[in-house]
Order: sequence, then C-alpha cells, then structure tokens
Amino acid sequence: MGWRNVPYEALCLCFRTTMPLSTQSQPGEQHVFVASLDNARNLSNILKAIAFKDHAIFSATPNGLKVTVEDSKCLQANAFIQADIFQEFTIREDLVGFQINLTVLLDCLNIFGGSAVSVAGMSTVLKMCYRGYGYPLTLFLEEAGVVTVCKINTQEPEEPIDFDFCSTNVTNKVILLSESLKEAFSELDMTSEVLQITMSPSQPYFRLSTFGNSGNAHYDYPKDSDMMDLFQCTKTQTNRYKMSLLKPSTKALALSCKVSVRTDTRGFLSLQYLIRNDDGQICFVEYYCCPDIEVDDE
Amino acid sequence: MDCVISGGNVRVLAKAIHSLSRIGEELYVEPQKDGLALRSVNSSRSAYACFLFAPLFFSRYTIPTCQTFRCKMAIKSVQAIFRSQVSLEKTVEKCHIKLEEQKNRLTFTLHCKHGLLKTHNLSFQDSESLQAVFDKDSYGNVFRCNPRLLVDTVTHFPPSLEEVTVSVNDERMWVRNHVEEHDQGKTMLTELCLGSDEFEHFAAQNHNSITFCLKELRGFLVFAESTSLPVSMYFDEPGSPVVLCVTDSVLEGNFVLATLSDDVNHCRSNTGLANSSPPPPDDFMNDDMDSYLISMDTSIAPAPSSAGAPTPPFVAPACSKQPAVANHRARLYSEEEDEEDLGSSEGPPNKKFCSLFFGSVLPPSSQTSTQPVMTQEVLASDSEDDSEV
Repeated sequence: MGWRNVPYEALCLCFRTTMPLSTQSQPGEQHVFVASLDNARNLSNILKAIAFKDHAIFSATPNGLKVTVEDSKCLQANAFIQADIFQEFTIREDLVGFQINLTVLLDCLNIFGGSAVSVAGMSTVLKMCYRGYGYPLTLFLEEAGVVTVCKINTQEPEEPIDFDFCSTNVTNKVILLSESLKEAFSELDMTSEVLQITMSPSQPYFRLSTFGNSGNAHYDYPKDSDMMDLFQCTKTQTNRYKMSLLKPSTKALALSCKVSVRTDTRGFLSLQYLIRNDDGQICFVEYYCCPDIEVDDE
Repeated sequence: MDCVISGGNVRVLAKAIHSLSRIGEELYVEPQKDGLALRSVNSSRSAYACFLFAPLFFSRYTIPTCQTFRCKMAIKSVQAIFRSQVSLEKTVEKCHIKLEEQKNRLTFTLHCKHGLLKTHNLSFQDSESLQAVFDKDSYGNVFRCNPRLLVDTVTHFPPSLEEVTVSVNDERMWVRNHVEEHDQGKTMLTELCLGSDEFEHFAAQNHNSITFCLKELRGFLVFAESTSLPVSMYFDEPGSPVVLCVTDSVLEGNFVLATLSDDVNHCRSNTGLANSSPPPPDDFMNDDMDSYLISMDTSIAPAPSSAGAPTPPFVAPACSKQPAVANHRARLYSEEEDEEDLGSSEGPPNKKFCSLFFGSVLPPSSQTSTQPVMTQEVLASDSEDDSEV
C-alpha cells in the first residue's frame, strides 16, 4: 500500500455511527487544545472572510482563537473567535500555535456541503483536537449520524507581522454601517490600481476615490449621515492602498454589519468588521494594510 | 451642459444606457436644444440606437448656447455608474450630469440616501455627429404592441441564436429563428405566430420577411420592458433596416437594425412592388393552418435569407439607383446562376449585415448629398468587419 508514504495535507475517514460526537475521542489521549461547535458554519464562515491565502496561523489562548493570514508583508487579516462561542474550549497551555493550510481546513469543514444550506437541525457538529507540536489537527465532523474524521497536517508557526497599530496613534476613525460600504465596494472601479481613502474633520469627511482607465470616481460620506455610527477625525489624511490588497476584505465586509475604519499617524489602515454569526453571536475580523504611496495633504 | 435628473427618471436613463451597451462600445453624447441625445452604433455599423430625452425629462436642463458640443466615451464606464439596479431603486435620489469642458470631463454625480455622494469624472473624446439615415414613416409595415409581447416571444429563442426572421401577412406575424441554408436540417426550428389582435396597431402593406440580429432586439427590449411603453416596429423589405421605436412625451428611443437582404424578393419588390411578394414558403408555413398561404405563389423558392447582399435601407425604390448596390448585384448574377450558391459566393459576409444606412460621422448638413458615396465606402470596409462574434 504505497499511499502511506505519500505526503499529504489531510486525511479524511468517514463512517456512520450512533455514538454522539462528544464520546468519540479516546480518553487516553492528551490534547493541548480541544474546541467544539454545534454549528461548524460559525467557524467556516468567518474563516472564509480571511481566506485569501493558503497559509493561516492559528493562535489559541484561553480567551479564544485567533487566525491570521498575511499577504506580501503588506496586508494582515485576523479573525477572532471568542472562547464562549465554542461549546467546549479547553486549552492546557497559555498559547497554542500552529500553522495550517486554510483552504484544506475549509474544505474539511464543508465536507458535508454544509455551507450551501442552513436547514434547521442539519448543521454540522464540529470537534477540533490538537495534541501539540508536530501533531496534525484532528477534526471530527458529524452530520445526521455520519462522522468524518479529518487529520490535517500542521506546520511550524511563523511569527505574524507586527503592524504596531496601536489605538493611541490613531488619527482618524469612523464607524460605518457595512451596508453603505458594501454598495461602494461592489461598484468600485477595479481598473484603478489603488483605493484612496481621505478622512478629514472638514469636507469631504470620508471619501473613497478610484483612478481608473475611464476617469476617476469619488464616494463621499458626510459625517452626519445615518450610515455613520461614529466620526472621530482629527486631521485631514489622504492615503492610497493597493486595490489588490484591499479586495479580499470585501469578503469580510459582506458578512459584517458594522465596520470601523481607522488610520494611524503613519497612514496604516485598520479595518475592523463586526460579524454576527448564525446564532447571533459576535465575532471580529480585522484587516491591516500598509499605505501604497505617500500623498501630500492638500 | 448642466442637467439634473431626479427619482425614477434616473432609472430610465440607466436602462437606456444599459440597452445602448447592447449595441456598441461607445456612447455618443450630444446635448441638443430639443433634448439630450444618447447614441450608439455597433462596430460593423449594422445596428444603431438613439435615445432623445426631452428637456422636460430633466428637472434642470441647460446646454451651452453658443456652440454645439458632442462627445463619445466608453459605454462601459458610463454603465458602471448605473451598475447596481438595487441601489438605483433604493438609494439614488438624483443624478447630476455636468460638462467641464476645460478639464475635458463629464461629471456624473449621484445623490443617494443618507447623504452619500457618488461622483464619477469621465474623460471623453470629441466626436462627430452620429446619425442614421432612415425614414420609418415611409415604411409600409407598422406594428405597435406592448413590449411584453415581444419579450415573451424572444424568450423562446436560445441566447446563442444570432438572427430571427419576422414575416407578416394581413393577420399574423411569424417570428422564427433564422437558419443558414447549409445548416437547414441540422437545426431545430422555432416559430411563433402572433395574431394581429395581440397588437395595438397592425398594418402590413408588404407581406415580407425580414431577418435581423436578435441581440440588438433584446437590447431594445431591455429598455422597453422596463418602461412598459408601447413599442413600434417599422419595416419595409428585406435589406431595408427595421426600426424599433419607443416614445412617450419626454423621451424617444429608436433602434435601427440592418436586415439581411433577399435578392429575389428584392428584385420583385423593386419591379412589381412588394404587395405581391409571398410570405417565405417553408415547411413550417405549410404546416400552418392558414391554407391560403400555401395557395399563394410559392414558385420563388429561396429562403428569405439566401443571400446577404447589401442593400440600402432607406426608401426602397431609391436604393436600386445606388451605383454600389447595383454593381454588386450585377456581379453576383454574372458569377452565380444558382441562388443557393449566391449566398455562399459571398463567403463570410453572407452572415453579415451591411452597414449601409449610415451617413454617420458626417456633418449633418452634408449628410443627404453625400449619402451614395458614403454608402459605397462603408460597404467596402464593413463587409470584412467582424463584429458579430
């Protein structure tokens, strides 16, 4: 049987059972991290919002799970899933970290095709176990009496980039209802290489601009708009961000109900999305992005 | 130019631009005294569409008084402004179109709910006037109906179908998929018969069949259906363009589409006027319950579209005087006796519609006088133009 020697990213075993999932894992095994969810969609949906690269860094702490994906050392996305969203969240160390192929993980989470329909009572139950450094991440997924066990290889965790974005350095901050930004992002001129964001205590307050083949476009949000939850701008700032880097964040935007847009003194951008899951619980996805070109304030 | 469109009229404008985008790649904008004209033409110049929005369509309409201004721009970029139907319906309150000539840009500003302002500055190119030459009022066949009737008719045809054939007699209109002669027997034929009572107006002086592109008809219907205004169809004989028209008090839309010419029918209609031309005889017709059709003269065998020889679209009797066309036909006859080969002798252009009906890109004043020359030039260049892909 040659397949034993084939390097694999994940192995899945599927069987029918009458035993509840909670009794599936062998009691003798010592796991440093165990988490279970009644509805795997609550995890897979939020991971999809940051799935623009294959490799994701998982960091579990007693507070919850943080999943980080990066691109070109210019963009970082973090998904935060609080510990209390999980029905079971056991962690035996202060920090458990590993790197995993996110695409494979998402494929496994949706192995029952779960994302397509959310019929009541047909949700996939998930249990995640990790024995520690060098071990695969084991997923037990159960739906309608069928259990799939997936073992996904883990990798040495890389150190996530520290964007050093701290709230004391924030110059401008607005919180918008996502609805209004979704519309703007769906209409953005993708022939433009950059998205320019202007935030200012005076007009135009909050402006998104594109510079495409056929001309330029500006989307202006007044500070007293119903769509504006919070407007705290202290200084006029105009920064450009690569459209290709910001594009993945639309996935998070689509799921979210509110978004906080912040820039710091260096022009770094932080986008925080507040996402409500199927059960009404709140999770966060955060994007950090480096500015593209320095633009002089006019 | 400085104009403001409010409320539901923004959606009408958006639909018009959307439907123009089915015709050509460029949008020709011309603010005129009698309204804002938006036009488009396809690259082979076989289809042309024009919308004229009267000043009353706008809540403000001012145009430069001193000089005429015309421009063209990529229709895609204008379409992008009005891309989201949902937001147009739910959030857009008014649209402001302003020309900034010094900066060479046309600014579209959408004022949306919650104070959101979307400003699009589009660059443009200067352009000559684009005008098709057609005289729909001289056409013998005039039909008017609810757009729904045509929408329901064309839904039966697959999206891949390129052309449809419309035939009429005093009581009925038939719409069927046009099949190339060499494909006959391989393809499924679909034919719909519409009774005259389904139309608001049904006048068929010439019992003709015309074949034209479905894509542009669908484009026209995109607009017509959204406004629910009655649509009119004018046509004369094969080779003359069919004119589709939608009007109300503040707007007018005309789509002019070339039709495939049918040499035999064409000759007959030139000599003995089209009244005697039979409807296209084919198996489907014979199956039809209208037995009188069968009894009509079926000795002229060709399918209505056996050849794509170009003929000018405007008034029929005049066209035979066109030197270009006359020569062309003469040459065809000398080379090919058989009608079936007539089509294939045309080679690829067989399927092409000819762009004859343009005095386009000409100053309006010289249009009429230079028309024959223009026709000739266009014919030469456009039969090679492959735009129908």
